Amino acid sequence: MAGGLRLLASEPHTLHSRAPAMVQNLVRLLRYRSLIQSLVARDLKARYRGSVLGFFWTFLNPLLLLVVYSFVFTTVIPNQTEGVQPYALFMFCGILPWNWFASSLSESSGSLIAGGNLIKKVLFPAEILPLVSVLANLVNYLLGLLILLPWLVYYRRLHWSADLLWFPVTVAVQLVFTAALALFLAALTVHFRDIRDLLANILMLWFFATPIIYPWFQDNVRRFKLLFDANPFTHLAVSYQEILFFGPVGHWKWLLALGAASVLLFLGGYWVFDRLRDSFAEVV
Amino acid sequence: MSGARAIELAHVSKIYRRYTGRQFSTLKSALLQRSLLRDLRPDQTFPALVDVSFSVPRGSTYGVIGRNGSGKSTALKIVAGITKPTSGTVRVAGRVSALIELGAGFHPEISGRENVYINGIMLGLTKRQIQERFDEIVAFAELSEFIDAPVKTYSSGMYMRLGFAVAIHVDPDVLLVDEVLAVGDEGFTHKCLDKFAEFRRRNKTILLVTHSLSLVERFCDEALWLDGGRVQAHGDPKRVVGAYLTSVEQSEEQQLAQATARAVAEASREPPAARPAEPNEAASSPPAPDQPPDPTADLFKASEGRWGSREVEIVDVAFLDAEGRPAFVFHTGESLSVRMRVKAQQPVEDFVFGIGLFNADGVCCYGTNTDLEEMTPRRLSGTAEATFRIERLDLVEGTYKVDLAVHKRDGYPYDYHRLLYTFRVKSRTRDVGIYRPPHRWSFSPNVEFDEPQSSVTGRRSSV
Repeated sequence: MAGGLRLLASEPHTLHSRAPAMVQNLVRLLRYRSLIQSLVARDLKARYRGSVLGFFWTFLNPLLLLVVYSFVFTTVIPNQTEGVQPYALFMFCGILPWNWFASSLSESSGSLIAGGNLIKKVLFPAEILPLVSVLANLVNYLLGLLILLPWLVYYRRLHWSADLLWFPVTVAVQLVFTAALALFLAALTVHFRDIRDLLANILMLWFFATPIIYPWFQDNVRRFKLLFDANPFTHLAVSYQEILFFGPVGHWKWLLALGAASVLLFLGGYWVFDRLRDSFAEVV
Repeated sequence: MSGARAIELAHVSKIYRRYTGRQFSTLKSALLQRSLLRDLRPDQTFPALVDVSFSVPRGSTYGVIGRNGSGKSTALKIVAGITKPTSGTVRVAGRVSALIELGAGFHPEISGRENVYINGIMLGLTKRQIQERFDEIVAFAELSEFIDAPVKTYSSGMYMRLGFAVAIHVDPDVLLVDEVLAVGDEGFTHKCLDKFAEFRRRNKTILLVTHSLSLVERFCDEALWLDGGRVQAHGDPKRVVGAYLTSVEQSEEQQLAQATARAVAEASREPPAARPAEPNEAASSPPAPDQPPDPTADLFKASEGRWGSREVEIVDVAFLDAEGRPAFVFHTGESLSVRMRVKAQQPVEDFVFGIGLFNADGVCCYGTNTDLEEMTPRRLSGTAEATFRIERLDLVEGTYKVDLAVHKRDGYPYDYHRLLYTFRVKSRTRDVGIYRPPHRWSFSPNVEFDEPQSSVTGRRSSV
């Protein structure tokens, strides 16, 4: 780390070597992994600092949400769809990763503005800030999953097979996909602050347009298959549901295609971020 | 990279882009007008640095001075790599630590201890290195009792001390300091200076941006003066500071000249009758500070003005230096002349010239007139000049205002200019009071002093 920074400092920073700079910057990110790690830890610690239950809220939040959904969908408006029981558990398989996705985007879109002090005063790659938002929310997601897991086991929905190996793949695809959008949004929000408000509404629409609180195999969903297939999060949600809830994973081709597209999207998002990088310290 | 140079800037320019109108261009309009990329281009540019070249030898302490907005901080940020130059090259050898804003990365909700770790990592230390230096950092910041409290509970001084302690313990080869010594109490400032001195002994390079000229003179091996983003002078700190001070005085002169012209114009616009003549009170000139009739009115504002019958009019006033050149800034001990040009409508036989000097607090430092000095008037006609010359201006540093008047011996005012003229006195000594009597110290032989501070300037770290 120290040696890394030394090397960095002795490079003459000129603007003229623009072309390979993006690759250099990506590699530089690796040297900052220990900072990313500490910032993620700080984010998680600071989130509930000052509250009585502290870090316990990370578990309590999804648990309470699960209780509310269970009550609503078994007692208030009971959903008896065949093969999707208990319904609250089914929904939870999609809601938890969605929360990771949605909170990552809304947090990272404001991350450069919130961290403006750092960008202006400390030598420090700015992309760390949106990435930390995404990673901190990933940790939150995984911890929330720990709450879901006993219920899945109790209701015998979880199938212990090699298909579970798709889970880390799905997480990885979502990570790249989310990071791509996070970089893009973070960079643009610096210049267009209205993105943050726009984003909240888009995310709401997106949530309902994704088969999360309704199963994708319903007839009225299948009728719009083309539209649903065009929604990247459909494939993530369906993959999670298949891995955790339904059993055999049949959606992996879509998942891998999305993975490949996400890598391209990430490079595109990083390119935009890199292009706008020099403006951050001046505009923020 | 040559071994002798720690920092090298060659023809560095930095043009800041101003994104004007950005507030109005929303994403929607950008998308609708397909102007997304065009809007991200700057509309206006502002040169913060123009063709700046300088190099700092390894192990030396280099001071950067200049007015606010002269590009000092931009230069520092470019050396630190936080901002990129628009053109030109920057080379920095070794690890850089920038004391630009202390504790910039602190998170208020978590403890000082955790913040030290994160800040340290941000500045390029490893966890292990921070562990090793942790006690030292906390001791330096004098925060051992509070290190586990959240940073939001810290006072701003504690916050700065911790930030400084972390940054200084990064153990950089090149330390960049931007006016951070202003924080902290006297004791902590001394500690910081000691730490800098230790850096010098260990042959580290320090780039110091500051407004404290005495610090530059005392501490730096070389200095650079930036103005409007351009290098005005560099080299020997005493010479550079001197050149800078001269330029500051020049612009002060301009400001004072403008302010005086404005004050005279404003006061003269009022009809002469607007002011009560107060013959009895004014009879005992020199003018007393309690001249305005309403003592509760704002002393300074209310007392400025001009009144009188204008039978004899003061048409022009100038401060002159020893060579007879008009000036507004003088140094203690120099000579100062106040020259007033007056015009008598009709020849008069009863006239007194008066002058009063007031300091910024409104205290009358000196006042006199020709009547008090027992000059009996005979005749004044046409355009005439009266000059009041002070051989040695023995006043302490500060801004002074002047009363000038022509009146009859009974106090009836022809033309009274109250506090309309301003001059400034500069002094190398920070002595206080109203008046500096010509003086010297003498001692018995067993009292010894060091050489004057100017000889410290040439000191170089010897490692």
